[in-house]
Amino acid sequence: MFYREAGQFYTSYAKDQGIFQLKQDKFGLWGILFIAFVVVPVGLYLMVQGGLMAASTKDYLYNSIFLLLLVNSMAALGLNILTGYCGQISLGTAAFMGVGAFTAYKFSTGLNYRIQKEDEAGELISQLVPMLPPIDNPILLVLIAGLVTAVVGVIFGLPSLRIKGFYLAVATLAAQFFLVWCFSRVEWLYDYVSSSTIQIPPLKLFGLVVTGSETVMRDGQEVTIYPAAETKYLICLSLVVFFAFVAKNMVRGRIGRAWMAIRDMDIAAQLIGIRPLATKLLAFAVSSFFCGMAGAMSLIFYLGALEGAEAFNINESFAVLFMVIIGGLGSITGSFLGAAFITLIPIFLVVSLPWLGGQFGIPVDAAMVEHIQFMIFGALIIIFLIMEPLGLARLWQIGKERLRQWPFPY
Amino acid sequence: MRLKGLTLGLAAAVAATGIAAPAVQAADTQYFPLFTYRTGPYAPNGIPSANGIADYFNYVNLKHGGVGGVKLVWEECETGYNTKKGVECYERLKGKGTTVVFPYSTGITYKLIPNADKDKVSILTVGYGRTDASDGRVFPWTFTTPTTYWSQASAFIKYIGAQEGGMGKLKGKKIALIYHNSAYGKEPIRTLELLARKLGYKLTLLAVNHPGQEQKATWLQIRRERPDWVLLWGWGVMNQVAIKEATNIGFKMDRMIGVWWSGAEQDVVPTGDAAKGYKAGTFHAAGSDFPLIKDIKKVVYDAGKGIPGGDKYVGQVLWNRGMVNAIFATEAMRAAQKKFGVKVVNGEQMRWGLENLNITAERWAELGLKGFMQPVKNTCADHEGNGPVLIQQWDGKKWNIVSDFISPMREVVRPLIEKSAAAYAKKNNITPRKC
Repeated sequence: MFYREAGQFYTSYAKDQGIFQLKQDKFGLWGILFIAFVVVPVGLYLMVQGGLMAASTKDYLYNSIFLLLLVNSMAALGLNILTGYCGQISLGTAAFMGVGAFTAYKFSTGLNYRIQKEDEAGELISQLVPMLPPIDNPILLVLIAGLVTAVVGVIFGLPSLRIKGFYLAVATLAAQFFLVWCFSRVEWLYDYVSSSTIQIPPLKLFGLVVTGSETVMRDGQEVTIYPAAETKYLICLSLVVFFAFVAKNMVRGRIGRAWMAIRDMDIAAQLIGIRPLATKLLAFAVSSFFCGMAGAMSLIFYLGALEGAEAFNINESFAVLFMVIIGGLGSITGSFLGAAFITLIPIFLVVSLPWLGGQFGIPVDAAMVEHIQFMIFGALIIIFLIMEPLGLARLWQIGKERLRQWPFPY
Repeated sequence: MRLKGLTLGLAAAVAATGIAAPAVQAADTQYFPLFTYRTGPYAPNGIPSANGIADYFNYVNLKHGGVGGVKLVWEECETGYNTKKGVECYERLKGKGTTVVFPYSTGITYKLIPNADKDKVSILTVGYGRTDASDGRVFPWTFTTPTTYWSQASAFIKYIGAQEGGMGKLKGKKIALIYHNSAYGKEPIRTLELLARKLGYKLTLLAVNHPGQEQKATWLQIRRERPDWVLLWGWGVMNQVAIKEATNIGFKMDRMIGVWWSGAEQDVVPTGDAAKGYKAGTFHAAGSDFPLIKDIKKVVYDAGKGIPGGDKYVGQVLWNRGMVNAIFATEAMRAAQKKFGVKVVNGEQMRWGLENLNITAERWAELGLKGFMQPVKNTCADHEGNGPVLIQQWDGKKWNIVSDFISPMREVVRPLIEKSAAAYAKKNNITPRKC
């Protein structure tokens, strides 16, 4: 009753082409954005001030849950463009994220290269020489990371012109292994440190500390300022929301229709005048752009320091693929739902199982939680896919259709 | 309807995650989070390590009623040796009164170091972690007590030199390093390369990818190159596979030396008798022939209060090392209690305790571990405590110490540490403390 279009008329073409046709949808979206941008930060801040929540719990929610969720959403968006809309299966998502992370790192340290020479005593002297001034704006770094990854994505997308389906999956798997190999072997990428670990240097945005720390003199005393979790959260949220709108508009316009035509039948698409070369490569470029941004966000905001071969291994690629499949192939909303499902369920199980065991007097230790979590998580995935093979996005759509009639069944 | 119920349930579940997290520290208990990996490819080594810490805490509670009357409580969080999971554990547990963490993973350590001074949580990495963090001026919150990978690498070269009949004999010798392709495995490379330039041996680097089962190509290369010595820098299942492969190609076992994380019972038992003669580094004695360890067996396990199925690990190499972790933490806590006149120690006081950690030979004897370890003494600038290294050898049944304490080449290692720490400080706008 409440959720239907009756009485809503479009009086201009612009209105007729709006993303959200229904007022309810529009309000719903603004509501979600309001909650994410205002209610969550202000609410948590007030809860901490009011003593309802420990400050460390707030940090935990931001640093371990919200930021991870946003990074994963960005990656899922990227893969959904390629796999969901253009029909090209990719198993190299994590590697593309890695390209983004390493690009951000290299540009944040000024694209160093090393000069080695021997001094008089025969000792090896090495020196890092920057090629560019270091960039300390996190948003700029994320965008540069996206662009560089897009180029890398296009290169690895070239085989898609000749091979399709599972064979393409194998080709992207090669990208995954090759790039991860680079992350641990090409010393230039990690500035020649012995442990191949990259750590983002201190960055600032509009005078706010985003990573690292800053020591300033205040009232004659040295005060160290640490980045606020809210800063990172709001920057990430803004990036994800902005690019989700970009993606949404892209997929419902000419480009998106071309991608979907290629996905549904590439020969037919070619016959109606869509160039497969340009279309597929564009999908690879845009998808990699998103994945690269996700990787850079993961390094800058979420992890701070990481080791390429571990953080971007094949399991991460699978995780993003699961997000897209469970969330719904070919759906922007689905990317978010899938990311939430894959990210939150394991954490929820780890936190809740010991508590649940305690209620029944069964001691549940950390190792058992891990085993049970694997079983329940696996079962949940299978149940969801049997219930609705088209993913959470389809469930959401069915829910909305039911809501049109609710509470009257006629 | 079913769908809505599900959605609501999910939403409620997500909300509960946030609410379940806050917990207030009880008045007279000291809280320790333990990052364990009792599952996954590193579990064979993770289980005894975690048990060693938990059993000692349990023992202190049962025998002495805690440290200075303060009961110890601990909570395990399973990381599976995965950095992201470890970070999630850390963020979730740090607010519960955490003063010190034992990450038990070099990867997690690297991630935690930048947060340490903000959260006021010390990072105690006993024999692993980031080596240059032993410069206490740049890394006030990180402790690599009692010794580090770089020290160990230099001690190994010293040992090999002695076995060859003098450091001069190393010239032209071939040494291969087989390492876990991660931050952990790469730690010794710089030191070994530097010493190779100095001493003239030829260093071959062979990386093994996570989790380490795939080593055929590595050992083929060993067969082709025929190195005089092989150093193994592995962890988890990688160790067992490497030792098995070595025996398969007939490599002389007494010319293969493992890092101290490659020298536990779990690593050699699967190979059986063939592993006889294999050597590994360590910084403490092996076996359960010490009054304290016997007492732990009696007080904890014979009374039926231990971890189910955990008694078989007591006295194993990794269990002993876990116990050393716990001893460092409790000794630091004891020192801090005395210095600050408090019962429950906070993060800054625990840091002071670790920085002023001083376990003399008498104190080791008092603890019931006479001759178990060398004395350990930290200072403001030196968080490594200059711990010497031992070589132990597997005789088919148990590990035996076969060398004296070898002190690392400090004149080589310390400048490397200071240089690397200074570079870190410069990159991250840190002003080193004056010591």
